[in-house]
Amino acid sequence: MSTLPSDARVVILGAGHGGAQLAVDLRAKGHAGEILLLSAEDAPPYQRPPLSKAYLSGAADAPPPLLRALPAYEKAGVSLRLGVRATAIDRRARRVETATGERLAYDRLVLATGARAAPAPFVPADLATPAAGLFTLRSLADARALIPALAAARRLAIAGGGLIGLEIAAHAAAAGIATTLVEAGPRLMARSVSPAVSDFFLARHRAAGVAVRLDARIEAVERADGRIAAVRLGDGETIACDLLVSAIGAQPRTELAEAAGLGLDRWAGGVAVDAKLATEDPAIHALGDCAAFPSPWAPDQMRVRLESVQNAVDQARFLAAGLATHSSGAQDAPAAYDALPWFWSDQGADKLQIAGLSLGVDRWVARGDPGSGRFSLLGFAGESLACVEAVNRPRDFMDARKLLAAGESPPAAALADPEVRLAA
Amino acid sequence: MPTLIFIAPDGTRTEVDADGAASVMEAAVSNGIDGIVAECGGSCSCATCHVYVDEAFFGRLPARGEMEDELLDGTACARGPTSRLSCQIAIDDAPDGLVLRLPEAQT
Ligand SMILES: Cc1cc2nc3c(=O)[nH]c(=O)nc-3n(C[C@H](O)[C@H](O)[C@H](O)COP(=O)(O)OP(=O)(O)OC[C@H]3O[C@@H](n4cnc5c(N)ncnc54)[C@H](O)[C@@H]3O)c2cc1C
Ligand code: FES
Repeated sequence: MSTLPSDARVVILGAGHGGAQLAVDLRAKGHAGEILLLSAEDAPPYQRPPLSKAYLSGAADAPPPLLRALPAYEKAGVSLRLGVRATAIDRRARRVETATGERLAYDRLVLATGARAAPAPFVPADLATPAAGLFTLRSLADARALIPALAAARRLAIAGGGLIGLEIAAHAAAAGIATTLVEAGPRLMARSVSPAVSDFFLARHRAAGVAVRLDARIEAVERADGRIAAVRLGDGETIACDLLVSAIGAQPRTELAEAAGLGLDRWAGGVAVDAKLATEDPAIHALGDCAAFPSPWAPDQMRVRLESVQNAVDQARFLAAGLATHSSGAQDAPAAYDALPWFWSDQGADKLQIAGLSLGVDRWVARGDPGSGRFSLLGFAGESLACVEAVNRPRDFMDARKLLAAGESPPAAALADPEVRLAA
Repeated sequence: MPTLIFIAPDGTRTEVDADGAASVMEAAVSNGIDGIVAECGGSCSCATCHVYVDEAFFGRLPARGEMEDELLDGTACARGPTSRLSCQIAIDDAPDGLVLRLPEAQT
């Protein structure tokens, strides 16, 4: 990071988990200059994970759980501007343009624009709206549209057996909605978890009444009265539904960066940044869901893009320390972002918690019996522990975080006996 | 609605009105109590909403759940006999004037 004067103006695009944390932290860590936090959304910065969990069970107009009380931004001297979308970056003039034609100068720009739902290729454009029965779930507005639709639905189809699709399925089945979940791959959450954990959740969701279809692809939808009436699978089978939720993955919001000529990571898909979260333009950083960064937890320090609260928040803390160090003259900022990745998902009554990355794992060791509903999978890359997936075993998860952060492996006694703690 | 009293590590007392909050954690966050991080937003998954409940009140709260108890083994500051995760204390169960001490660190 080149030196940032203490009166520098930092502009942050996106006030999600990463952007909001960065703004408040930057001030707390001593940055004296202006901090401008732009949000394309109208709601004050809120917690995203509950949208596919507890929030779905409430009223559509319930206030969202906020990341912070609104006055906290003012107290930190952060100019939070809601409902303001950035539409272009002029790197030469160091200016951001907004949808209303405003031009905002920056000394440092941070892209914290998150990810959007991947478009459903099997739904024609005229049916790809909530009014026609197609929903996605990324934002509060999405949740507020989905809640009343679910309340009125008898039959729900979900495309995609990833974390968000499954969380919605668990909620819908519990609410008595006939729910079919269609997954193109051979197992659930294949991108995120080991086969044993996929199998466990498959059995759990089926037992809860979700009709899970694996190795099945939605090819098209059938319409009636201008609405989606059924989904059609590759083998020609049709499944009638009152509404369709597409949860086939997220795409990083990189279009501003691309238009400004900033490179993306071809494999991971996000805005390419270095270990200090700087893009190829030293005045522009990126973090959270939209960024692809070199991770010491991945094989060969390859660039990854992670979609988790931990990643967005820890990257924001790291960047705040780095930027504030330059403006305050302090010297103690860490050299490279290296926080341990961790994640959780609540599916029905079951809690899944993951620490580490499984990219380099070549061997999984089970701890506890999946049949008991409480077990963990320890993933090893060679001899080293790389990842732990804990199902209803939060103690294993917390212990694993300690072990991984310290670069240690669990004691042999703990591998042999699930009642022995993984870490002291 | 009950009033909650948070005591920071430096002894500063902050009284908050729990109006509209579902849990002690939510009341803390919506009133700007800095010592509660609540990274998972109340999902009982992160242990960054740790509090030490005042002894006089601890027994008046419903017992911890099993998940909460396990997570408390991994808090940034060591757990004590009255440690709780504040996201797991429902406001409906919180006695008026509940006193909660904040740990030195949550992460
Ligand atoms: C339904 C759901 C459930 C989830 N559950 C979990 C979970 O259980 N555990 C977990 O760890 N993670 C979960 N996640 C993922 C987690 O929420 C994200 O990883 C996290 O929010 C990423 O933070 P971020 O700051 O990168 O982006 P976001 O929080 O997505 O924020 C990005 C913000 O930028 C705004 N924006 C975009 N473009 C512009 C622009 N041009 N101008 C201005 N503003 C812009 C967007 O509107 C958005 O508000 C979930 C996500 C969803 C959608
Ligand atoms: S907020 Fe995460 S455990 Fe309480």
